[in-house]
Amino acid sequence: MPFPRLPDLPSIPRRPEDLVRQRINRAPSPLLAAGLPWLAVMLASLVSFSPVIASAPVVPPLAFMVFLAWRMLRPSLLPLWAGLPLGAFDDLYSGQPFGSAIVLWSAAMLVMDSVDNRLLWRSFVQDWAVACLMMSAYLVLSAGIAGLAAGYPLPLVIGPQLLVTLALYPLVTRAVALLDRVRLLPLRTV
Amino acid sequence: MARSPDRRPGFSRRAQYGIFTGYVIAVAGFLAGVALLIVSIVNPSAFSSVRGTASEIARPAGEAGAETRAAGQSVIAAIGAYFQAGRQNAALSREVAAARANALTMQALESENRRLKALLGIVDPVMKPITAARLIGSTAASARRFAVLSAGVSQGVRPGQPVRSAAGLIGRVIEAGPGTARVLLVTDPENVVPVRRVRDGLPAFVEGKSDGRIAIRLLNMGVNPLKRGDVFATSGSGGLYPPGIPVAVVTDVLHDGGVGHLASDPADADFVVVLPVFQPAAVAALGASQQAAGPAPDPSEAGGGN
Repeated sequence: MPFPRLPDLPSIPRRPEDLVRQRINRAPSPLLAAGLPWLAVMLASLVSFSPVIASAPVVPPLAFMVFLAWRMLRPSLLPLWAGLPLGAFDDLYSGQPFGSAIVLWSAAMLVMDSVDNRLLWRSFVQDWAVACLMMSAYLVLSAGIAGLAAGYPLPLVIGPQLLVTLALYPLVTRAVALLDRVRLLPLRTV
Repeated sequence: MARSPDRRPGFSRRAQYGIFTGYVIAVAGFLAGVALLIVSIVNPSAFSSVRGTASEIARPAGEAGAETRAAGQSVIAAIGAYFQAGRQNAALSREVAAARANALTMQALESENRRLKALLGIVDPVMKPITAARLIGSTAASARRFAVLSAGVSQGVRPGQPVRSAAGLIGRVIEAGPGTARVLLVTDPENVVPVRRVRDGLPAFVEGKSDGRIAIRLLNMGVNPLKRGDVFATSGSGGLYPPGIPVAVVTDVLHDGGVGHLASDPADADFVVVLPVFQPAAVAALGASQQAAGPAPDPSEAGGGN
């Protein structure tokens, strides 16, 4: 088999919208439009099955970050009670005592709601600042709950993880924004 | 950018009720989470069956990841070896010469040991490993240190069994599902392992610090005899871990103990071996005495808590 020349290879379009040729008489698939945020958060929960076997908490809480990014990008897409099912799913894999993510994610939804009611304008820096506060509180409370379950005082081991988490949040929001464009691809014939 | 106005329902009663119901469910979810959290802190094994089923479902993803890990490590090792080939060759030749001399000494010691044991009438219990498996996942984002093993009850894995790699102790099984099991790593603060110094048998126990290192606590207080580089191995007391598995190497000496690195980093282990409980009778007796004595401050301190 001859090696394919570069111009023969199908090129990946720059924008996800270009994946779909025909746009007239098409509408977004309702399943994808409603289900992709849930699927994205649940896949991020499975990050504990990544190839890295860690001896220290080093990986940022990706599932919570994706959850928060969806909430900030599309405030009414995830219902207010989404923390209950998504948190329960995350608890199955995170190693935290069961219920920890249910409590913290539900609380995060309620806090985000009141933040939205107080801050009337949105901007990148402000969203990042709010997310920094929420993620710091999340990590500290998670470590506290884990310490409570292990019968051991709060281990001060989340420092590096916290810094990585705060720095990585804008990247997660970019990835979620890309997913949001995939979500609304006109796939269904009207 | 102004915030999106879609949370203002206008005069639609239906939309208003919908939003109100959302708040009610969210607060109820929060309260349900608090209740579940209390249950799982009081009784840590309460949701083990649900967790077991969940890891069964995610097992293929974890196994693919474990194979990627092994492949990635060998690629990096191969590149590293290429750069250090000459120096490594010289060092290895020296090491082989030294090892050959050591092997002869070992043979002599072994035969002497056998003879002495026969004299005393000691029969070594044969420790046949239960199964070999891969670590397919770990709680990398949480402060607790668990790993998921790709073998479960169907391979004979039971809670309490120790898990080791070629280099040293990894942890012990705490929950076993049909095809996966959850391992409490040595670095978790809940895992306390009785150890002794390899050089002279100084007794101590190690306790996870949750940041990849472990704290070494001495049983005898007084002048701290630890030195950097001391190797600690399991002592076998408590009956859970078989003696002689390397656990930690001391890296920092504190005034009342030390801090060590793991002898076997779970990230390096390709395959791990599940061993039977060293002395089930001892563990059972310990459990019974603890039940009779009421709740102990920390049952795993004796190495027998599950």
